[in-house]
Amino acid sequence: MGSPVHRVSLGDTWSRQVHPDIECERNIQSFNVERLTNILDGGAENTALRRKVESIIHSDPKCSLKDNYFMTQNECYEAAVQRKFHIQTIAKCLGWSENSPELFYAYRAVSGEVALNIHSLFLKALRSLGSEEQIAKWAPLCNNVQIITTYAQTELGHGTYLQGLETEATYDAATQEFVIHSPTVTATKWWPGDLGRSATHALVQAQLICSGARQGMHAFIVPIRSLEDHTPLPGITVGDIGPKMGFDYTDHGFLRLDHVRIPRDNMLSRFTQVLPDGTYLKLGKLQINYLSMVITRVNLLWGEVLPILQKACVIAIRYSVIRRQSCLRPSDPEAKVLDHQTQQQKLFPQLATVYAFHFLTNNLLEFFHSSYDAILNRDFSILPELHALSAGIKAMVSDLCSWGTELCCKACGGHGYSKLSGLPSLVARVTAACTYEGDNTVLYLQMARFLEKNYLLAQASQDSTSQRSLPQSVAYLTAPDLARCPAQKAADFLHPQLYTTAWAHVAARLIKDSVHHLQTLMQSGADRYEAWNQTTVMHVQAAKAHCHYVSVKNFTEALDKLENEPAIQQVLKRLCDLYALHGILTNSGDFLHDGFLSGAQVDAVRTAYLDLLPVIRKDAILLTDAFDFTDQSLNSALGCYDGNVYERLFEWAQRSPTNTQGNPAYEKYLRPLLQSSRAKL
Amino acid sequence: RRRREIENLILNDPDFQHEDLNFLSRSQRYEVAVKKSASMVKKMREFGIADPEEIVWFKKIHLVNFVEPVSLNYSMFIPTLLNQGTTAQQEKWLLSCKGLEIIGTYAQTEMGHGTHLRGLETTATYDPETQEFILNSPTVTSIKWWPGGLGKTSNHAIVLAQLITKGKCYGLHAFIVPIREIGTHKPLPGITVGDIGPKFGYDEMDNGYLKMDNYRIPRENMLMKYAQVKPDGTYVKPVSNKLTYGTMVFVRSFLVGEAARSLSKACTIAIRYSAVRHQSELKPGEPEPQILDFQTQQYKLFPLLATAYAFQFVGAYMKETYHRINEDIGQGDLSELPELHALAAGMKAFTSWTTNAAIEACRMACGGHGYSHCSGLPNIYVNFTPTCTFEGENTVMMLQTARFLMKSYDQVHSGKLMCGMVSYLNDLPSQRIQPQQVAVWPTVVDIDSPDSLTEAYKLRAARLVEIAAKNLQNEVIHRESKEVAWNLTSIDLVRASEAHCHYVVVKLFSEKLPKIQDKSIHTVLKNLCLLYCLYGVSQKAGDFLQGGIMTESQITQVNQRIKELLTVIRPDAVPLVDAFDFQDVTLGSVLGRYDGNVYENLFEWAKKSPLNKAEVHESYHKYLKPLQSKL
Repeated sequence: MGSPVHRVSLGDTWSRQVHPDIECERNIQSFNVERLTNILDGGAENTALRRKVESIIHSDPKCSLKDNYFMTQNECYEAAVQRKFHIQTIAKCLGWSENSPELFYAYRAVSGEVALNIHSLFLKALRSLGSEEQIAKWAPLCNNVQIITTYAQTELGHGTYLQGLETEATYDAATQEFVIHSPTVTATKWWPGDLGRSATHALVQAQLICSGARQGMHAFIVPIRSLEDHTPLPGITVGDIGPKMGFDYTDHGFLRLDHVRIPRDNMLSRFTQVLPDGTYLKLGKLQINYLSMVITRVNLLWGEVLPILQKACVIAIRYSVIRRQSCLRPSDPEAKVLDHQTQQQKLFPQLATVYAFHFLTNNLLEFFHSSYDAILNRDFSILPELHALSAGIKAMVSDLCSWGTELCCKACGGHGYSKLSGLPSLVARVTAACTYEGDNTVLYLQMARFLEKNYLLAQASQDSTSQRSLPQSVAYLTAPDLARCPAQKAADFLHPQLYTTAWAHVAARLIKDSVHHLQTLMQSGADRYEAWNQTTVMHVQAAKAHCHYVSVKNFTEALDKLENEPAIQQVLKRLCDLYALHGILTNSGDFLHDGFLSGAQVDAVRTAYLDLLPVIRKDAILLTDAFDFTDQSLNSALGCYDGNVYERLFEWAQRSPTNTQGNPAYEKYLRPLLQSSRAKL
Repeated sequence: RRRREIENLILNDPDFQHEDLNFLSRSQRYEVAVKKSASMVKKMREFGIADPEEIVWFKKIHLVNFVEPVSLNYSMFIPTLLNQGTTAQQEKWLLSCKGLEIIGTYAQTEMGHGTHLRGLETTATYDPETQEFILNSPTVTSIKWWPGGLGKTSNHAIVLAQLITKGKCYGLHAFIVPIREIGTHKPLPGITVGDIGPKFGYDEMDNGYLKMDNYRIPRENMLMKYAQVKPDGTYVKPVSNKLTYGTMVFVRSFLVGEAARSLSKACTIAIRYSAVRHQSELKPGEPEPQILDFQTQQYKLFPLLATAYAFQFVGAYMKETYHRINEDIGQGDLSELPELHALAAGMKAFTSWTTNAAIEACRMACGGHGYSHCSGLPNIYVNFTPTCTFEGENTVMMLQTARFLMKSYDQVHSGKLMCGMVSYLNDLPSQRIQPQQVAVWPTVVDIDSPDSLTEAYKLRAARLVEIAAKNLQNEVIHRESKEVAWNLTSIDLVRASEAHCHYVVVKLFSEKLPKIQDKSIHTVLKNLCLLYCLYGVSQKAGDFLQGGIMTESQITQVNQRIKELLTVIRPDAVPLVDAFDFQDVTLGSVLGRYDGNVYENLFEWAKKSPLNKAEVHESYHKYLKPLQSKL
């Protein structure tokens, strides 16, 4: 099978030929790659649409990412604004609307490296927190980019803990205005994207004070830059927060507000209102503020975090069939590094993880959409579970994607360290996800509180005869539990039912232990808060195990739905097995601890795991091809479809400004030095 | 006194003011680096600093964290010349490269070949007619790639190439190759040289590429202290090859110390910032506590602090051992070299992997601000992480250690007693003549005793080495070749090496304790040592349970004891990082400032960003304004 036309598009002379080392990996296909791509895209029609959008975007040189690695922060930002501008123009021409799949695919094609990403986040927050009138007023302004918006929550001294934010919004009944103010240095808004150079309006989270009472965090639309000449408005100090590890293309900013007045209508008021006289009205629970965060998190995983690990896997695995190192047999040429067991051990668990997370986030997204309408109609019963899941899964997915991407980077040896591999930029970008949109530790603990509550509910319902049903994700807390794993031999561990149960057992035990420990401390006199702090390490471990269980269970359920695709089901089942077993081996202590697994059983798990590696090896390239990233969006000298790694690396390096722009350092410093030494000699 | 004198000279010299590199482009950073190198050389001449030790001191103060494009001239070019050049060659080249008339670098790695040296493709073919070597890069993959200072700075390189004479290939040899013309700095005909482009870190360094097309150099440019090519093309073999081990062992031992330093810096920043940062509430109504009071934060940082201390001691040990064994080698005693070689490889991998992950953990423990370059942590990370892949890729290093462990295991099996760090293999139950039960092992591990915990780690290492050895033997029986069997056991082998290295670290830390006289320091370090040991047990609980080394209830106690230790260490946390004694300028971190004035300085720092130079960015006029359709 030749390479599809849409892949080879970089137009280099040597890239017309696919490298034989990667071509032979595609010769024998145990499953239909195109079908798997369709499944990942959610249907063949989506694949077709995505490819159409990609070809439009990639044919426009102004949307190219080609020179990104050579740019300064300033140039990156400018290029990102330019790309946004062009995509917006294309969208207008072709009638792609906001939130359309076309735009989503367009952003995917340029790896999301456009300015004004938070603009759409503002819209989402507006839609979930704004009244109908507010949406009618502001949404069109946003959609037509008449205003550029950002979402300003985090402050210099305050992050994930919302109640700690210091920015104030004091209602002045006399003028029917809010006075927005940053009382201290630490209250300076810090980190919001697009704020530094771009935004004209910010959705500012601030403590509402009306009629002298503090009412907690609310969201206010605050104009910050002139719509005429873009200069900051009176009372506003705004700027860029300086260079970061990654995200050069985004102008993360700071914002200080000095008694800035905005009309009463600028407070988002779907769930709370301030009447003209300053009366405060609640139309729903305060926790509704969390809704926009939940939305953000779910979209973040799907659109930002997951594609990064997918790309890292594509790059590392493709490079590993081109790169050769040492001989496996004395007479043979040097072997492909992917044939080294240690390389498989590094990369295949990442590949399995990324598939597991694909189905996990997909499922979470569906769950979210099915609950969204209920919540907007003020039915909040599902919110705790949704909130806990979005928190815990955001933490797990960003943690493991970050770990995995870094591992892929290191697995490419020295060349992985070159920016031209694409991997450093991916690492720098994904790792930020561990601390933004809620620090992962704090998120695990939010999940833990939910688990604690439900564990206690489960206990109570077991004591009384009335069987109350728990939310679906924690239903296993009331299910009968085995004390010992029944597996007899290695092959038994390839049963989804068996390892799902094993994960349920460990999660349930860790939850039980942490709750009991908490209660013991409280019974011995510690107050709840102290006792909670003293058990947080345990709670985090319990939450991690629970999330792991959810992801394993979810993967096995996704496989069940693929019964019409036996070949694909089989190949994904191996990844699912690998994912579950790798998790057991990395946490074997937890499984051995209460004797659920015996030492011999852990050895059997290891055997089953090691036997999976060479089987997955055969499909490895195909499984990464299935993600169907264009070479342009991968933007990696190591990861291109055709495998011409070294030619590309050499050619790209020569484009570096260090090679094209002369060497002023020689003229200024080296030459005088060399000459002065010669004079002396 | 002389040191202070030099220190004062530098600190009072305006040429040596440190600017914030974070705001500069890569070309600018390279230029600043060259400028500093140049001024440093001039000052050394001016101050009459010539003694090697003084040079080291001078550079240390002067460069702080600095990556220096000419550094390979001193660290690789000159030492290789000294080690492998004949006296005549040294006389010819040394003076001009010490005076920097020649700036040299060392070109080994190729685009397609790294750790596996024999795979290098560059050729040096001898032509007896002209008495020259003809150097060639026959393929794309053979282009020299990565050498520091090669891209823009150097005018000579020591090139490693396959020597071919009289139609026969004799393996890798070193050649001095002029690459740029003296006076114009232009590449010489036949030479293609340049910068390999941007990397994760090391912006100041011009890592380069070098391609040679039928490029001729005189016969005398081959370094001929050991092997020689006679004018007629006859090859004379070197006497012994083992000595080249020395440099590798030295570099790897040195990298262990580097790991300790980088991790200590990261801990200093994260722990100081955690004492300044307040977040959430532990009890309603009370002010937000320091985040260092959260158990989760302590659990993230204190084990890393303990690791930093552990690696400091390991680094010191590696250095001492290297010097001790080096003296033995000088007297012709090579007996300890294999163990040192294996240990240096494994410890380099173990400490760099751990440190790499730990720096990231420190950065994430600083939340969002850790991600900003103001924290200094991204720089520490990007400059440290290549340690995992350079000077021997870590997995390959672990497998080298494993090779030594397997050899030792076989030797014990055939009745020989091992000494040194692997002597525990003598005690394996399977080695005893009288089969004895596990009962010989200390029945209960005392989790409050570093010595007893060292024993536990020893048992874990012994067990995993034995498992790997048995699996290897088993595969050897079933597979067509040893190499295939080795590959199919390599995951087990890496595990065994890791366990061995972990044991060595624990052992060195524990053995350090009795040597500490000061009682209060002893107490604090003992707690850190315990934390290091117990945290490892908790992380690898599966190994300790499966091996029957600890019971389930002991693991529960271990987990409990860790949390107690966190509370005990908490009051000393900041003094413990202060003790690393890094200057603010060395840390390069707003978050890690000694005085703790984080937020004010963060704001000041951000204002200096180039993006803030103009109130309205030019891209507004170019793109944003047209985007905003008229209101």
